[in-house]
Amino acid sequence: MATRGFIGRHQPSELMNRIPPGQHLVDDFPVLSAGPTPRIPLDQWMFTMKVGPEPVKTWNWAEFNALPKTKMTRDIHCVTTWSKLNTAWEGVLIDDILAQAGIDPPTDFVLAHSYGGYSTNLPIADVTRGLAMVALRYEGKPLEPDHGGPARLLVPHLYFWKSAKWVNGLQFTKRNEPGFWELRGYHIYGDPWREQRYTDD
Amino acid sequence: MIDTIIATRPAVRWQTAVVKDIITRTPRIKSFILLPSRPFKFVAGQHVDVRLTAPDGYRATRAYSIASAPEDSPQIELAIERLEDGEVSPYFHEVVEIGDSIEFRGPLGGHFIWSRIDGGPLLLIGGGSGLVPLMAIIRHRKIVAADVPIVLLLSARYWGDVLYRDELIALHERRDGFTLVLTVTREPPKRDGDYGRRVDTSMMAEVLRRVPGPPRHAFACGTNSFVNAAVDGAIAAGTPASIIRTERYGGV
Repeated sequence: MATRGFIGRHQPSELMNRIPPGQHLVDDFPVLSAGPTPRIPLDQWMFTMKVGPEPVKTWNWAEFNALPKTKMTRDIHCVTTWSKLNTAWEGVLIDDILAQAGIDPPTDFVLAHSYGGYSTNLPIADVTRGLAMVALRYEGKPLEPDHGGPARLLVPHLYFWKSAKWVNGLQFTKRNEPGFWELRGYHIYGDPWREQRYTDD
Repeated sequence: MIDTIIATRPAVRWQTAVVKDIITRTPRIKSFILLPSRPFKFVAGQHVDVRLTAPDGYRATRAYSIASAPEDSPQIELAIERLEDGEVSPYFHEVVEIGDSIEFRGPLGGHFIWSRIDGGPLLLIGGGSGLVPLMAIIRHRKIVAADVPIVLLLSARYWGDVLYRDELIALHERRDGFTLVLTVTREPPKRDGDYGRRVDTSMMAEVLRRVPGPPRHAFACGTNSFVNAAVDGAIAAGTPASIIRTERYGGV
């Protein structure tokens, strides 16, 4: 059903294969957050890997920054319908975090946890194989608090709420445990190309 | 980010609503009174997704908060600010007429919500059209929870930009536990106890002193920079970060 009198601002056709359905391009970088922006001093920052409730490895800021770094330029897609192309990140691949911890994923799912109480769930297959990182830098600069600094998850092939800001740990879980937004009506997986915005989409 | 998780699933089926009325609220904000074809219940603070479809199938979707109280169902009010470089809001302001049919789905959103059972006191902080989801809370409170104290700090550029100004001032004048504090950033204040500057930490400390007891919940909605300034100020004045929920728009 066409909406009376609506023409719309069509996206450039050469970009059609990069803009998922229902999304529109932005040039700025919108900030969304369910609560206050946490300010985490680097000398207090910690990253913890857990298997179920058990911590198995922790890194402080210096130790984490000593891990191998990888650069990634990716398009990102927010469930609120904005997309931003060619965002440039640098951080530590989840593969490299696991390798340094000497851990083979013991389960098929992971919950990412954040300062401020946020969490989000992901299949292991979506955070390994070079698909995801803990990002420390954006466009060549340390990541700002508004965008999740000092460290955020980057899982660019899923809606951006999966790229948890202020990340401070990964927890392997036996089941696919819904995280913060997934408990509040958002899709358990969140593939922008299938428009998996809300539960039942 | 403490909240109650609503058990209902989001309403993802698209439906239509007829535009019953259009009300100019401020020079940049119009209200659209919609009558959905399938009426629904919602919680104050929730939003709907509106979808416009061009003749060639191109679609644009945007989220708009509901301004009306759940008790006003079946009709809902969306208050939409016209964004100069927008794609959907200019359509609403320039093309939509009474009697038009609009496609939408909802209610959606399970975090920035409040109902009577959640209790108070409440600290509400709104910047510009960020008032909209807070207005649903304020109207809900007036109808079913008038014993819950609310202090609303509302920021606007000019007196004429203050959304729902007359309704809010009338509610304040009832002196029944709803307190309106305005800050108008580009004009001198007009009411006793109001401000004429951007929100800052000392303003938040003073506003918090007007809440009868520590707030149980705080909600802040507006541009990212506004929300950061207000929320950082509230935290500096002793409000626990864990009781503050935010909804933001705009980039940095």
